[in-house]
Amino acid sequence: MDLFFHAAVNGVVLGLVYALVALGLSFIWGVMDVVNLAHAEYLMLALYATYWLWALGRVDPALAVPVVVPLFFLLGWLTYRLLVRHLLRAPLATQIFATFGLLFFLRYSAFAAFGPNVRGALEVAAPASLSLLGVPIAAPKLVAAVVSLAAFGALALFLRRTKTGRALQAVAQNRDVALALGIPADRMYALAWGIGIASVALAGVLLFPFYQVSPTIGDAFLLIAFASVVLGGFGRVDGALVGGICIGLVENVLGTLLLPTFKLLFVFAVFVLILLVRPEGLVGEPQ
Amino acid sequence: MMTRISRRRFLQYSGAGVGALVLGDRLAGMLAAQEPTVAVGAVYPLTGALARIGAAIRNGIELAAEIVNTPHPDLTLPLAAASGLPRLGNRKIRLIWGDSRGDPATGRAEAERLIERERVVALIGSYQSAVTATASLAAEAKGIPFLNPESSSPRLTERGFKWFFRTGPHDTTFTKLFFDLMEDLKRRGHRITRVAVLAEDTEFGATAAGVAEGFARVYRYDLVGKELYTSPPASLTAEFLRLRAQNPDVIIGANYLVDAIQIVRTLKEMRWFPQGFMVHAGFTTVPDFLQAAGRDGWYFLARAPWALGIGRRKPLVARVNDLYRRKYGSDMDEVVARAFTGMLCLADAINRAGGTAPAAIQKALQETSIPGAQLIMPWEGIEFDGRGQNKHAAGLMVQILDGDYKVVWPFEIAEAPIVWPAPPWDRR
Repeated sequence: MDLFFHAAVNGVVLGLVYALVALGLSFIWGVMDVVNLAHAEYLMLALYATYWLWALGRVDPALAVPVVVPLFFLLGWLTYRLLVRHLLRAPLATQIFATFGLLFFLRYSAFAAFGPNVRGALEVAAPASLSLLGVPIAAPKLVAAVVSLAAFGALALFLRRTKTGRALQAVAQNRDVALALGIPADRMYALAWGIGIASVALAGVLLFPFYQVSPTIGDAFLLIAFASVVLGGFGRVDGALVGGICIGLVENVLGTLLLPTFKLLFVFAVFVLILLVRPEGLVGEPQ
Repeated sequence: MMTRISRRRFLQYSGAGVGALVLGDRLAGMLAAQEPTVAVGAVYPLTGALARIGAAIRNGIELAAEIVNTPHPDLTLPLAAASGLPRLGNRKIRLIWGDSRGDPATGRAEAERLIERERVVALIGSYQSAVTATASLAAEAKGIPFLNPESSSPRLTERGFKWFFRTGPHDTTFTKLFFDLMEDLKRRGHRITRVAVLAEDTEFGATAAGVAEGFARVYRYDLVGKELYTSPPASLTAEFLRLRAQNPDVIIGANYLVDAIQIVRTLKEMRWFPQGFMVHAGFTTVPDFLQAAGRDGWYFLARAPWALGIGRRKPLVARVNDLYRRKYGSDMDEVVARAFTGMLCLADAINRAGGTAPAAIQKALQETSIPGAQLIMPWEGIEFDGRGQNKHAAGLMVQILDGDYKVVWPFEIAEAPIVWPAPPWDRR
């Protein structure tokens, strides 16, 4: 029972972390129906940005947020302007291949620039564990989990309460009608990419004290981020939140109680089962 | 205008040419045989991707031959005191090099060339297990002794070869080290009964996990857990929650460097550490690990075939390394140490054979008995079993202490006392 409780608390915290990683993917997908296969590579780049700020400038990872997040907003914006914009009218396969190419471009650029070495922070390496309901959780993970909840809340408010947010929703629902109403769809898309990439960068900065930095670290998160988005529901931002928590729980509770070796198998077995019963995802609306 | 050569003339010319070649070869062979040297062939990757390692090995083997050929009365190594091989009228060792270019087929061709054209009496080689496998096949077919100092595939000594001898440890021996260390610790009064394995799930990790499982059974430990994960993991929380619940005294790890930081962080997150965490070379012996994990990476134990640090307790090691550094400008590393030792072992056997007949050298190799005191290795000695594997081939255990790798086992050659059990997180 105690083990179950520990696994469940860890599962929820980890699920929130996964959700924060998946947030941007879900958002970009929701606004413009583009699948960004290179999503986790931006996480990798954000980890490197935080690392270099720390290694060269002795910038504390907590203080890296105001530097790295706006920088990656710009990077997302640029990705849209330079690449994605030209794919809007292209078939789905073209979009997939283009972002797949982007994945390799970013990953091997990192290899070329930073080498294959695994890096981490030496002195910030001592993140103390905090107690959550009696379960020790590493501080960076707990912070990332809380920020994750806040980010989902803030994004929901932004979409509902601000003019720009409503404009984004309008573009997501019907681009042509939105254009006719005078909404600059192109700028909205760029904004969506900016927000999407900035949010994954936020995850990267927060995770830095707990994770290693290497060009292939994206692999650890890519599948999980995709599964979170699909499991929660297509086109709804809060879907990633529900999906992420669900995956964190299944991975940790079933993994811990049954067999950790098969934890990813459990995750994807539950994934397939849920999609068989509810093809629209846990919170998605039937199409 | 072209000269037309009649068939008869052509046959005469080419016959004479071939005859001269054969005769020349014979003559060269006879001349070589009359020189007061003993030709030993060495097949290594001297060019190609592994050329750097090949060059270092070459230095080690040449130093060993030089110690045999010239008097070094200050060293307690085999054949160091006299000049050359005493039982062969002080004939000197002459090394003849073959370049495998790191390729198994080339390695075999080079071994054949050395045996047939250079008339070597024995072969040494070839670093990579795959090349050692093919080059030793040539030696086996020709009935020439083949000594392998540094390939680690266990299969090499399981082929039933009669002419193959390995002085160094293989991958299975490395896992045995963990258990031998635990046995020694138990003799010191530590209570160790429960063992768990944490490994990545491809060839490296899964194989190591299986071997550890086998040893746990033989040494009668309770294997309480065996967790495999896909590298790089997004989280190791489930694995460690379960491991902590199973409460092993020792965790044996086979992990990559990319997993290492999460291993350390997750252990710290859970405020838990077993008595000992022992890993295959996968992560802890890479300098990146020290940099990335910092103080939290201390107290992990790792296996190593050799370390310069044993020189503090074994002066012979430091003295040989001094010679090496003076000659080549760098310190010996573990591969060089193994190659050096292999060459001395081979020279010792040739000397005891009292001649250059392959069968006599083979017999002498089988009867090899070099005590550990005469070696720069952390071994009890060299004696071959029926398969040609050195029974005493072992390695040593290093522990990360004060931000550095320190030899802590075998206890007789340790440069620092082992810290066991590892201190809990709040007392570090």
